[in-house]
Amino acid sequence: MIKLFSLKQQKKDEEGSTRGGGSQKKASAAQLRITKDLNELNLPKTCNTEFPDPDDLLNFKLIICPDEGFYRGGKFVFSFKVGPNYPHEPPKVKCETAVYHPNIDLEGNVCLNILREDWKPVLTVNSIVYGLQYLFLEPNPEDPLNKEAADELQSNRRLFEQHVQRAMRGGYVGTSYFERCLK
Amino acid sequence: MTSESQTADYQNRRWQHIRKLLERSGPFCHPDFEASAEILNFIMNCCKVLIVGAGGLGCELLKDLALMGFKKLHIVDMDTIELSNLNRQFLFRRNDIGLPKAKCAVEFVNKRVPGCEAVAHHCAIQDLDEDFYRQFHIVVCGLDSIIARRWLNGMLVSLLQYNDDRSLDQSSVIPMVDGGTEGFKGNARVILPGMSACIECTLDLYPPQKTFPLCTIANTPRLPEHCIEYVKVIQWAKENPWGSSTTLDGDDPQHVVWVYEKAQERAMKHGIANVTYRLTQGVLKNIIPAVASTNAAIAAACATEVFKLASSCCVNMNNYMVLNMADGVYTYTFSAEKRPDCVACCNSTRVMKIDPDATLQYIYTKLCEDQAYLMKSPGITTVINGCNKTLYMSSIKSIEERTKDNLKKKLTDLGLFNGADILVADVTTPNTITIKLKFETLDVDMTK
Repeated sequence: MIKLFSLKQQKKDEEGSTRGGGSQKKASAAQLRITKDLNELNLPKTCNTEFPDPDDLLNFKLIICPDEGFYRGGKFVFSFKVGPNYPHEPPKVKCETAVYHPNIDLEGNVCLNILREDWKPVLTVNSIVYGLQYLFLEPNPEDPLNKEAADELQSNRRLFEQHVQRAMRGGYVGTSYFERCLK
Repeated sequence: MTSESQTADYQNRRWQHIRKLLERSGPFCHPDFEASAEILNFIMNCCKVLIVGAGGLGCELLKDLALMGFKKLHIVDMDTIELSNLNRQFLFRRNDIGLPKAKCAVEFVNKRVPGCEAVAHHCAIQDLDEDFYRQFHIVVCGLDSIIARRWLNGMLVSLLQYNDDRSLDQSSVIPMVDGGTEGFKGNARVILPGMSACIECTLDLYPPQKTFPLCTIANTPRLPEHCIEYVKVIQWAKENPWGSSTTLDGDDPQHVVWVYEKAQERAMKHGIANVTYRLTQGVLKNIIPAVASTNAAIAAACATEVFKLASSCCVNMNNYMVLNMADGVYTYTFSAEKRPDCVACCNSTRVMKIDPDATLQYIYTKLCEDQAYLMKSPGITTVINGCNKTLYMSSIKSIEERTKDNLKKKLTDLGLFNGADILVADVTTPNTITIKLKFETLDVDMTK
């Protein structure tokens, strides 16, 4: 058993005392953990990160340029916001590039299980990067967020591919306009 | 009525039972316990206890501790009283709605319990600084948020002092007794920061927040909750009813009504019943109905632990008690283990002696080549005046480019000082480690 100190022998200083003065504000546990995650980020060659402010490791962008699959040649930007409850809660990830994709809607919401219901504190930023990359290689029509795109992928692969290409070159698919996002 | 002998008699009777615990020994006493009348005096006149949260648990804790004889109580809470609190937060009355919880609770208890000198702090825990927390002997919390627990845990860990041989200075330990309830379930635990499992050591014990797959709420809603989540996650951001700068606030009745109405529309479209205003509020704020008896049981367990810590009259629980009253009554106490690699409490702090004129490059090279470190590609950050600063990180190209000039700079030009902490992350260590810089002019004759 831990031998406990005797509290009553402790004299407590009054508020405003300078004991241990000059002490620094400590970094939060979330900050320590994200620093570790980022320092060990092992990006596939199709991915890159951008930090608008290098001192702020909690807000950054991930750029994915798939080199195979439907989305080859495109350039897609995701924003990451890491909150104070990381890693208990996952980072908030949004797609900033308009994309015609079954699992990404036109507001940039992304349907990836580990970003919501399957997040675990052992997962890292790297896990999310691989998850997002996988979405571009294997769009999943079973879990649609953009239902039209998902239906089309299931019923007419050729047409879906054409629409993806049109969206990436910049143009309308149905009534939605997509900005050009080719590399 | 107020004759002297009567008052003395009352005082005697008032503490009679507490005295039995403090003024005689017994088989369950802490090995260090020495029975004496002094202990009651310590509890009443010296021992400072901070209660964090003045809600369901906080009201119970304040009442329990005041009745046990603690007088130097402080209570902190940022909330104000709402109608829905009154069924269980018994220190508040209907007239108190809208007033700060901490202040009302303190006024009630100070009036009701003779001699009690509780002090209220109506603010967020983050608004109070190290000097404030350092003044307490014990912190007990009744919180409903993991973020707040983690923050408080981090604060108490940061107050720990270590001796030169890296052993813990036990006089810097402020025990934290943590209670939590959810419906019919609850837990109480005793944390000795730096000595036993802390909040961060057991972070994965907290159940994840209930979330639904985005595609389900977007396309195939089946439950009323799905409809409300849809409005919360997708529709709010799309329509921004109060402009794009206003985020959804579950405490704002107008916001709740808006979400409620939109969720009802959506439920109608998908043939889903039972979207109610209360459910909307519940989903938005993640409300689980609070049960007064669970709060009472958990607060009593916490208050007992505070009493044991303050008096040593009994060995503390070791160290995590769970209580489940959902199906009969079940309780179990186990010993949560301290994680040797805990990000918060493992004291990874090392000291690096360094010339004040050295450059960051010198530190970087030392981290890679010195036998004590042998790191691969250390990422170095620090905290200056409460702001995070990235000094150098080679593994991320965009950061490397913008921080590589720092390598040539002197430590003092980067804002580092004698005693400053740098944070170093590397694949060779399980966590980010802290290194305290100790300036030492190695070359004494430099000026000659």
